[in-house]
Amino acid sequence: MTAALELKKVSKQFGSVIAITDVTMEVNSGTVTCVLGDNGAGKSTLIKILSGVHKSSSGGFLMDGKPVDFGSPREAIAKGIATVYQDLATIPMMSVWRNFFLGNEITVGWGPFRMLNVKKMKELSKQQLLEMGIDLRDTEQPIGTLSGGERQAVAIARAVYFGAKVLILDEPTSALGVRQSGIVLKYVLAAKERGVAVVFITHNPHHAFLVGDRFYLLNRGKMTNDFKRANVKLDELTVAMAGGAELEALTHEIQQVKKP
Amino acid sequence: MTNALKDERVQKTSFITNLLRRPEFGALMGALAIFVLFSSVDTTGNFGQPGGIAGWTDIAAPIGIVAVFVALLMIGGEFDLSTGIMVGTTGLLTGLLVTELGLDIWSSIIIVLIFAAGVGLLNGWLVVSTGLPSFIVTLATFFVLRGLNLAVTKGFTGTVRVGETDEATNYEQAAALLASRIEIFGASFQISILWWIFFTILATWILTRTKFGNWIYASGGDPNAARNAGVPVIRTKIILFMMTSLAAAFVGIMLVLRLKGMQAGQGVGIEFFYIIAAAVGGTLLTGGKGSAIGAALGAAIMGMAYIGIPYALWDSDLTFTFLGLILFTAVLINSFVGKRAMKGRKK
Repeated sequence: MTAALELKKVSKQFGSVIAITDVTMEVNSGTVTCVLGDNGAGKSTLIKILSGVHKSSSGGFLMDGKPVDFGSPREAIAKGIATVYQDLATIPMMSVWRNFFLGNEITVGWGPFRMLNVKKMKELSKQQLLEMGIDLRDTEQPIGTLSGGERQAVAIARAVYFGAKVLILDEPTSALGVRQSGIVLKYVLAAKERGVAVVFITHNPHHAFLVGDRFYLLNRGKMTNDFKRANVKLDELTVAMAGGAELEALTHEIQQVKKP
Repeated sequence: MTNALKDERVQKTSFITNLLRRPEFGALMGALAIFVLFSSVDTTGNFGQPGGIAGWTDIAAPIGIVAVFVALLMIGGEFDLSTGIMVGTTGLLTGLLVTELGLDIWSSIIIVLIFAAGVGLLNGWLVVSTGLPSFIVTLATFFVLRGLNLAVTKGFTGTVRVGETDEATNYEQAAALLASRIEIFGASFQISILWWIFFTILATWILTRTKFGNWIYASGGDPNAARNAGVPVIRTKIILFMMTSLAAAFVGIMLVLRLKGMQAGQGVGIEFFYIIAAAVGGTLLTGGKGSAIGAALGAAIMGMAYIGIPYALWDSDLTFTFLGLILFTAVLINSFVGKRAMKGRKK
């Protein structure tokens, strides 16, 4: 099976700063691929390359086995790569249905009299959210009145509805509490069930372990580990993510401080 | 979990909450209250009669026509302080084209509208390309035009006034459309109130029922999120600046037709009337929320104050003081009600 999305030895430099080096990864449809990394590991750079914000300095970028080269986020969106940013996903004061169809409005009529098909958009957004398991009473309410988890969930449902083949989630749970994170993880799985290739970027190995099929570990701009679900345990993931040896050194240091 | 779900299902939004959540609700209540106030203190017995209504709607209409588009621009997250001076500039330009170049009135109007669209385009382009606050950019436009209005008018006419614009070819046609009077309920109304109603409906339709309207809310609410969703934020903002400028030009043309001339100092200071009308009408100064109907109601409140104060035999020097108090009270109530309505929706 060809991977929905594939990176081959991708590197990115900003002037003299090397953000990521030789990153190779594979993302398959109907799976959740987690990219784990601490702050400064190069996660943001990776997201920006995947979503078309930046171009890589070297290396190959393939979709369904064919090389692609995005000049802008719009091109990436057109190819079916949707990115849900942590807090830049929805507009709080706008209603749920307006948010759901923002940029993809359904209209009726002709020429200057073309107008929004409000009824249809309300119905569709309600039905689509329900299919993803989000049960809203009223899609007319401002999306800011929903909880953080529900807002992320709406953004995910929106990306799935508009035909995303690859869904990139940028730290969707980092600002959320335990219960809210649970809501988001549920929709990550719902998107996967619908055959979407999900890229889940996080620094939380616990959340990644709950939903992931494959785990890539990014450390100081390099892919340090590549685990499949079947052959990894949560502890290993946590240790590997913190940089293994580094964590041991840190533990040692802390004990030194504690002693006197 | 079941509990939370159940709560969510049971809680219904009441009709009242829905009403309170509308941005123009405060302005509607305010307009009614002010109408009742001036009707009761009225010494002429005319305020609530067709004749009195014709009086204050005549003040309100030109304010309202620009204010509804200023409201759209503010919902889109930007300001325009050059709207007032644009009324003067476009009026003077119409006059000069007619008297100095001898153009007929329709060609002059078309040239003036193109000029106004150009000024709006320039405002918008400068704001998005420099990243400077629109407050500063349009304040600069305001002062540039203010100086030019005087200098150019004096340069051509030798005075600070352009006159005799009614000698233009086809003047009567244009005046019939834009500066005539109509009989309603036995009172003589300015035709500008029909344009006011028309533009309010048009702006409301654009805002709430078109794709562009959705983009206005999004661009003002959160430009980054809007861009991520594929909304052309820059184009939306530039078009809004152009619409605002065109609305000001429309009023400038109406005015020069009606007064058969224009003073070079016309329009200075009225940009604040538009902003006040929009703010009283429930438009959020930071963008993302508001209504065109609200701005039209805000303009109506100002018209009522202008006529109601002398009718009540109050000191009309205090009109501005009154409007200042109205502005503060209305925005305070709007923000309070808005917060309550948002809270009412939370679980």
